[in-house]
Amino acid sequence: MSEDSRRFATKQDPTKALLRRNGRAPWLELVFHGLCAAVAWSALVVLAVLLFYVTKRGWSVLSWQFLTHAPSRFAHKAGVYPALMGSLWLIGLTILISVPLGVGAAIYLEEFARPTRWNRFLELNIANLAGVPSIIYGVLGLGVFVRWLQLGRSVLAGALTMSLLILPVVIIAAREAIRAVPDSIRQGAYALGATRWQTVRDHVLPAAMPGILTGLILSVARALGETAPLVTIGALTYVVFVPHSPLDPFTVLPIQIYNWASDYRREFHDLAAGAIVVLLAVLLSINAVAVVIRHRFEKYRPR
Amino acid sequence: MLILLWESALFFRQVSLKEFLGTTRWAPTFQPPGFGVWPLVCGTLWIVIGSALVALPAGLVTAIYLSEYAHRRTRAVLKPVLEVLAGIPTVVYGYFALTFITPGLQKLFPQTEAYNAASAAITVGIMILPMVASICDDAFQAVPVALRQGAYALGAHRRQVVLRVVLPAALSGVMASYVLALSRAVGETMIVTLAAGARPNLTLNPLETIQTMTAFIVQVSLGDTPAGSIAYHTLYAVGLLLFLITFSLNFVAQRILRRYREKYQ
Repeated sequence: MSEDSRRFATKQDPTKALLRRNGRAPWLELVFHGLCAAVAWSALVVLAVLLFYVTKRGWSVLSWQFLTHAPSRFAHKAGVYPALMGSLWLIGLTILISVPLGVGAAIYLEEFARPTRWNRFLELNIANLAGVPSIIYGVLGLGVFVRWLQLGRSVLAGALTMSLLILPVVIIAAREAIRAVPDSIRQGAYALGATRWQTVRDHVLPAAMPGILTGLILSVARALGETAPLVTIGALTYVVFVPHSPLDPFTVLPIQIYNWASDYRREFHDLAAGAIVVLLAVLLSINAVAVVIRHRFEKYRPR
Repeated sequence: MLILLWESALFFRQVSLKEFLGTTRWAPTFQPPGFGVWPLVCGTLWIVIGSALVALPAGLVTAIYLSEYAHRRTRAVLKPVLEVLAGIPTVVYGYFALTFITPGLQKLFPQTEAYNAASAAITVGIMILPMVASICDDAFQAVPVALRQGAYALGAHRRQVVLRVVLPAALSGVMASYVLALSRAVGETMIVTLAAGARPNLTLNPLETIQTMTAFIVQVSLGDTPAGSIAYHTLYAVGLLLFLITFSLNFVAQRILRRYREKYQ
């Protein structure tokens, strides 16, 4: 038995064994490897620089007062309270609107729709809509919700626009989760005499829940950081109070950041950095929740 | 979509398509108004070219490293880093461009204006890099291991396998990621609004202030434009143009992706 075949007989990775047989790498290989590694690791460097820079600038303004006060003409008195609350309002309403629509559409497309030409056309359109720039949704929201439906520059108009924006992503994620549910589960339910709707409600949906929730949370995180469509529908106004109903005007964290960042005074740039730290903290905790939920649900997943 | 078409139709009733695409002065709110869209397209083009120079090679190389060289543990560190980079809101990137990258550029090139195309383009490049890297990585992973092992069995080294076997086999995926990245760069709004400025400018100098199509939309909707005025309609005309560009780019990318998916199943 030669050395090579003995290597393959053991449970070693064949690629590694072959590579070893091919001998030491010439210098060009090493240079290429080094170049690839350097570029890839520079992503980490960029992220570190960005986070460090923002935190350093924002640290001085971060305080309890910053979280509980309204923005002000004076930098030392300004805070993000209305923006934080506006973000919560917006996200809450967006979830209320987009979850029934998105999950419903996904269930329809996966479980009920026949693969007709019309349905294929629908699918293609949803995939394409996911790639449309967010500002187009803003222009659309301005035309349909703010002007045509006369909702004004309210939280509701903002939430509707945001729902339009995240719906394609929610639908795609939910469809993939539903498709991953094994057919044996459906057939088992049918064999016991369940109707199609009972099967979907009691078996397919619970099994697909972790995937749906993860997709939803990730799109909500995206909606939280989205600025452009809200600027377009006109949420960029000086708002110092918290919305009390869906028809009140509002501001959100990213817009507050934009507002402060486009100010020419340096101390307002520090405020923007502070608001960025708050926004990133909210986003990170949302992502952490997504991870936890996925873990928890995976325990109950039928095997 | 109908709204977009309708409002744009109202615009083109007052301004001919010839003026929109045939002249080079963009000043819809001034007297006399000019409706040549090219300065805005030029601004967008600068951002797209600049960010492509940053993100396309770097994204590809990052994907090569992740997929072909990196140890499983290295991958477990770098993948989440890229995901976090992809998840950072664009307004944060805009702030970074305006207050960190622009001052840096001004140290290198003193004639740099406070708002300039270069800084925005670099930052848009950083923003789209994770997307390029992750789609390319997927494409590389989809190349069968047997193909690589065949090359190794013929005595190839890793770089040869990557450049002559894996890359050609995954080329359509790489192309699709590039087209999608360009479409993202075209539609990017907050970074260019914050860092590139708001002066329509048909220029060849990336250190000057420019205005992109997206930044124009933001600028017009910031001012209280009365509904029905000509400036209000330009919003939709520019929006429609933007939509058509990104939609066709996405369409092309999907075509490429679908073709490549069929290849190895």
